Amino acid sequence: MPDSQSFSVRSDVASATALDTDQHAAGTTAAPPPSAPTGGEIVPGAADRALSTRQLAWRRFRRHKLAMGAAIILIILGLAALFAKFITPYTFKELDLLNAYKGPSAKHWFGTDELGRDEFTRVIYGGRISLSVGLAVAFVAGFVGAIVGGVAGYYGGWIDNVMMRVTDLFLSIPFLVILIIASKALGTSTWDIIIILSLFFWMGDARIVRGVFLSLKEKEFVEAARASGAKDRRIIFYHILPNVTGPIVVNLTLLVAAAILTESALSFLGFGIQPPTPSWGNLLANSQSQVFTAQWLILFPGLFILITVLCVNFLGDGLRDALDPHGKISEAV
Amino acid sequence: MIRYIIRRLIYSIPVLIIASIIVFIVMRKAADPTAALRTNPRISQADIARLRHSLGLDRSGIQQYLAWASHFIRGDWGISVISQHDVKEQIRTALVNSAILGLVGTAFAFVIGVGIGVISSLKQYSKLDNTFTTLAFVGISMPNFWFALLLQLLFGVYLVKWFHLGGSLLPIAGMTEPGSTGFHLVDRARHLALPALVLSVQIIAVYSRYMRASMLEVLHSDFLRTARAKGLRERRVVFRHAMRNAMIPITTQLALDVGAIAAGLIITEQIFQWPGMGPLFIRAIDTGDFPLALAWVMVTVFAVIIFNLVADIMYAVLDPRIRYA
Repeated sequence: MPDSQSFSVRSDVASATALDTDQHAAGTTAAPPPSAPTGGEIVPGAADRALSTRQLAWRRFRRHKLAMGAAIILIILGLAALFAKFITPYTFKELDLLNAYKGPSAKHWFGTDELGRDEFTRVIYGGRISLSVGLAVAFVAGFVGAIVGGVAGYYGGWIDNVMMRVTDLFLSIPFLVILIIASKALGTSTWDIIIILSLFFWMGDARIVRGVFLSLKEKEFVEAARASGAKDRRIIFYHILPNVTGPIVVNLTLLVAAAILTESALSFLGFGIQPPTPSWGNLLANSQSQVFTAQWLILFPGLFILITVLCVNFLGDGLRDALDPHGKISEAV
Repeated sequence: MIRYIIRRLIYSIPVLIIASIIVFIVMRKAADPTAALRTNPRISQADIARLRHSLGLDRSGIQQYLAWASHFIRGDWGISVISQHDVKEQIRTALVNSAILGLVGTAFAFVIGVGIGVISSLKQYSKLDNTFTTLAFVGISMPNFWFALLLQLLFGVYLVKWFHLGGSLLPIAGMTEPGSTGFHLVDRARHLALPALVLSVQIIAVYSRYMRASMLEVLHSDFLRTARAKGLRERRVVFRHAMRNAMIPITTQLALDVGAIAAGLIITEQIFQWPGMGPLFIRAIDTGDFPLALAWVMVTVFAVIIFNLVADIMYAVLDPRIRYA
């Protein structure tokens, strides 16, 4: 398992297999009523009409209380980051040297840092960076991974070989080391970090999609499509890819978590987002020297990372139960 | 089997070459070891030019790379551009220190993780199992550097304050007591405690889940039913038959995860100022010390390749059904 920090990249794979081996584990903590059927599609007397796959998935997801709660918290965090300007009383660059190192108070909820900047404001703006890095990386890496994995799995041959060799090459170098070297080479702006993380995150996704394609391309429905004259492109995108949506969506969620953790680790070490732009990672990098003086500067940014990543992981767990309730597709991977 | 091992080792050569070229290009492009000297008004341009010449920096990239590679293969790893210390010596010291921390942390985590996994699988869906599941989620979601900072806060500040201690209960930085010489086991163990704990959190979280899944699979298998049907005692069934088989994939996975563990090690060492490979690498990258960075990457990549090979071999040894040709 990858990670954070270097577990990160592997931990997405790991949690895909290990964390979620059993779909009810997390759900049961929320203790569903004993009579509630879990994961079953047939709910006696619940509905007379047939429900679409999507409706069934939504129903299963709703029942996963932890995932629902996580989704709500994530929406709140996202809105706060989006409308940071309106909810923060200061700007993230505003200095107030006379009020440096003030603990949490009514005026400064999370206290102030070494330059008297409002920590609450910086944490909220930091969330803007951390969340957008997480989402952007997941989308880019997920998109590239799905295409490359699909093509490699469907056609096999040299494309498949090249891809697996490249993946092997990068798996031989500790993940964090590659990222540090890459950030040294490419730069440390927010865009650079998104590009760097995406560059190395798509491989896990590609492997998953490739695995599903390998197992599905021999199935009868693909043969039927081919027999009726469908072109390769149509088979890949129209017939096989929809079968992979479940694992892709779940993996995307886990990618968001991994990307946020990795960005924060990279920024913490000084190779990620650079101050004065706040990210949750570099807010903590500055706080390390303040263990003895300003503990609130350590507490809040880390708490936000923990809550966000935890919620994303719970969300992924709920999505897995909803989209792939019997683990059919994940097993093929 | 021997042929398989040799073939795998030969395959690793291009990986090492490609990795070294990438690192070389990046270091050459991104970091100039003489940059700090340029801003020093007391050092003349002529001095810098002379230094650059003696370091070989005035030659073309290809010449530099080949010069480095030919020396490296012959065992001459060069000296640090910045500190003038012998690269091999620095890496050897750091590697030993990292190995101590890595082994202790991983071994501790592995035992705890496997233990939790076994308990969880035997009491599936119990309160205890659910608690472990939730804790595993927290462990995987928590940035390890933040956990390290919290521990430093707890031991360095709060425990001292609450219990009116004279000093920190456990040292929150370094590998030895400042000023002490020689090796003291107790002192070393005390310094090891917190970094090893930080390193182990994620491993415990992930491996308890692996072990739980693996155990559940084995517990439902036919040979276990046979073992029970033979009238074996439950303890023997669980520990002798189930656990040993469930450990096979886990042990292999551990060897594969060495890269991930290394990343955790880099961060942990950096925070606790543990004089291992992590701080060495970050210093080399920051200062543009390319002989050090290159040798560092070579050693690390080689170690990961060896561990991956060990994983495959272990898999075959532990599970006689698997054969490599």
